[in-house]
Amino acid sequence: MKEPTSLTGKKLGNDANPARIFTMTIDNRLLTAREDETVLSVARQNGIYIPTLCHMEGLSLRGACRLCIVDVKGAPRVLPSCVTLARQDMEVVTNSDRVIEYRRKILELIFSERNHVCSVCVSNGHCDLQALATELGMTHVRYDYLYPKQLVDASHPRFSVDHNRCVLCMRCVRVCDEIEGAHTWDIMGRGITSRVITDLNQPWGSSETCTGCGKCVQVCPTGALSEKGKSVAEMTKRRQFLPYLQMMRGEGRK
Amino acid sequence: MAKNIVIEPITRIEGHGKITIVVDDDGSVSDARFHVTQFRGFEKFCEGRPFYEMPSLTQRICGICPIIHSIASATACDSILGVRIPDTALKLRRLLNCGQLIQSHALSFFHLSAPDLVLGLDSDPAKRNILGLLEAHPDLAMDGINLRKIGQEIIQAVAGKRIHPTWVVPGGVSSPLTEETRKFILALLPQALEITRKTLTWFKASLENHREEIRTFANFPTLFMALVNKEGNLEHIDGTLRLIDYKGNVVVENVDPAHYQLYIGEAPEPWSYLKSPFYKPLGYPEGIYRVGPAARLNVCGGCGTPLADQEWAEFRELDRGPVLSSFHNHYARLIEILYAIETIESLLNEPYILNARVRVFAQPNYNEGVGVVEAPRGTLFHHYRVDDKGLIRWANFIVATGNNNLAMSRGVLQVAKRFINGDTISEGALNRVEAVVRAFDPCLSCSTHALGRLPLRIELVARDGTVLHEIA
Ligand code: SF4
Ligand code: SF4
Ligand code: FES
Repeated sequence: MKEPTSLTGKKLGNDANPARIFTMTIDNRLLTAREDETVLSVARQNGIYIPTLCHMEGLSLRGACRLCIVDVKGAPRVLPSCVTLARQDMEVVTNSDRVIEYRRKILELIFSERNHVCSVCVSNGHCDLQALATELGMTHVRYDYLYPKQLVDASHPRFSVDHNRCVLCMRCVRVCDEIEGAHTWDIMGRGITSRVITDLNQPWGSSETCTGCGKCVQVCPTGALSEKGKSVAEMTKRRQFLPYLQMMRGEGRK
Repeated sequence: MAKNIVIEPITRIEGHGKITIVVDDDGSVSDARFHVTQFRGFEKFCEGRPFYEMPSLTQRICGICPIIHSIASATACDSILGVRIPDTALKLRRLLNCGQLIQSHALSFFHLSAPDLVLGLDSDPAKRNILGLLEAHPDLAMDGINLRKIGQEIIQAVAGKRIHPTWVVPGGVSSPLTEETRKFILALLPQALEITRKTLTWFKASLENHREEIRTFANFPTLFMALVNKEGNLEHIDGTLRLIDYKGNVVVENVDPAHYQLYIGEAPEPWSYLKSPFYKPLGYPEGIYRVGPAARLNVCGGCGTPLADQEWAEFRELDRGPVLSSFHNHYARLIEILYAIETIESLLNEPYILNARVRVFAQPNYNEGVGVVEAPRGTLFHHYRVDDKGLIRWANFIVATGNNNLAMSRGVLQVAKRFINGDTISEGALNRVEAVVRAFDPCLSCSTHALGRLPLRIELVARDGTVLHEIA
């Protein structure tokens, strides 16, 4: 199992190997950061908002959605803050015009890739993607919708997956692997044809590894994974359990 | 050479419609048709979706009467689940629907039809709308606006949202009624009642002025169909189907909605996206029937609430048998508003109306479900087939306007024959053709043109389709 939050690969923070402390600025504020902290995490600790979608506290870092991009002085391109480590003298801008425009574009592309009909979605009103659209002021999508033909797999007795609403954030994959330890979920295909699968691309209901714990459903940011019996707009997700579970698993390993 | 006169789009009805009138060489009208030119393919795109999305999905068929679609759909889903929903849930659905009846009927009567009724069909089209009405008869217009608002407030209070709420769910409703809401709604009712009674008195007194329209607005014998409850009284969301003939004899009754296909056939027509349903035993097109407010009052044995029952008795005096003129849909709407207000009051005073048990949970247990309800505009059918996992495999809808399709075309023909002669038609004649369609209050899709007037396009078309003349 991967150590979920460390990007540096070394065990830090003990006496033999103390973490170095950097100074850096985010949006012109002078801040300190540990060497194993990401820009996102430093920003959050200091109350600076950066939008995220795939990132989830308690799961390994992934950098799948790119909504958390920021401008870093001297860097040739924008960088995803959730997987970028703090550095000495780093100068980060979280809301430059360029970043704002790119985020909008990324979000629009996500919407255009699948079929999001919020009004009939179980997650309407409780959806991370939808909330982002409101937050980032997305009023329309400039790209042609792809309208891919995606199916719903309702073979599981308690849950269903609607690929129309999946944003490929891989939270389900990560939580199932890292927390539950079942590794039922995976991603199949490449690029635009990627999609989440259970076991060896078989109906979820026939999966032998799925324990039915429902963690994937709870962490899924959209209406892609939902509990059966929930009607439109009724699917609220509970994620409070994650940090605790993560902590307890860590304790157990000692 | 025979010519077609095409009127499109029809103003002040919801959605997109078009009328073609075929004029023969001698200038007499030989045929008339009502078309729906917009195809939205709901049946198709529901395929593959989980059944529990249907109440919300199908609400999008219409922005004027979404509630009743959600109830029809949830009813069909109830039977897919195979459950009997809690009594309180059924009552709450009924409560919600009464709010919808008030809202929708008020819109139809005051906003869409009253301008014709009050200002006259020959008046300036630019003024013949709710704004014109507001100028000429501020009292009436304000009454209409207020009454509709009350209906909307009831919907919002009960279901949490005015348009497209998601409160009606398979198995019941998603949350119980609170005492606060109960009180709030009770407080709205006196004003609603006052407006309705006042309007009824005024309308009945003015019937004299509309003798010509009454005589010619789809005034012909057809069957009538509606839901009735166990007592044979007016019912909108939970009843059995009854059909009567033009003399008032019962043709068939106690039809379990699930068996509607035994009695109702659907003929597709090359000229319209709206299918033409007919009463199967009589065949097509002889099995022409009508649905809607007047049909409901014709079919039922009473309203079951005191004030509405009085009005109902008076209404039924209009004709010896059923009331045949579709003009009287206006009248029937007012009576139904009265019924809705009384029903809301009695529902809110029921002992268990605040009960918290309002929803049954179950897995899909049956592969097929039918929901039949009375929408403001008439009987509405939702029929689904699902696979074992609850994904929709097939869906069929017969909307109220569809039920009236044949009757509407015949109504247009009747009025066209009376008011149109030759290939020039007066503004007044055109308006009468439109008004007859509006008397059915067709709800064709979800866009409304309640305000203002759209440009009226009239085409004279030869039978082979070449446009002879066009007036914009
Ligand atoms: S997943 Fe979110 S964005 Fe997609 S349809 Fe559902 S509510 Fe809308
Ligand atoms: S199913 Fe949900 S959690 Fe899994 S990748 Fe798709 S959006 Fe993310
Ligand atoms: S939140 Fe950083 S890439 Fe998704």
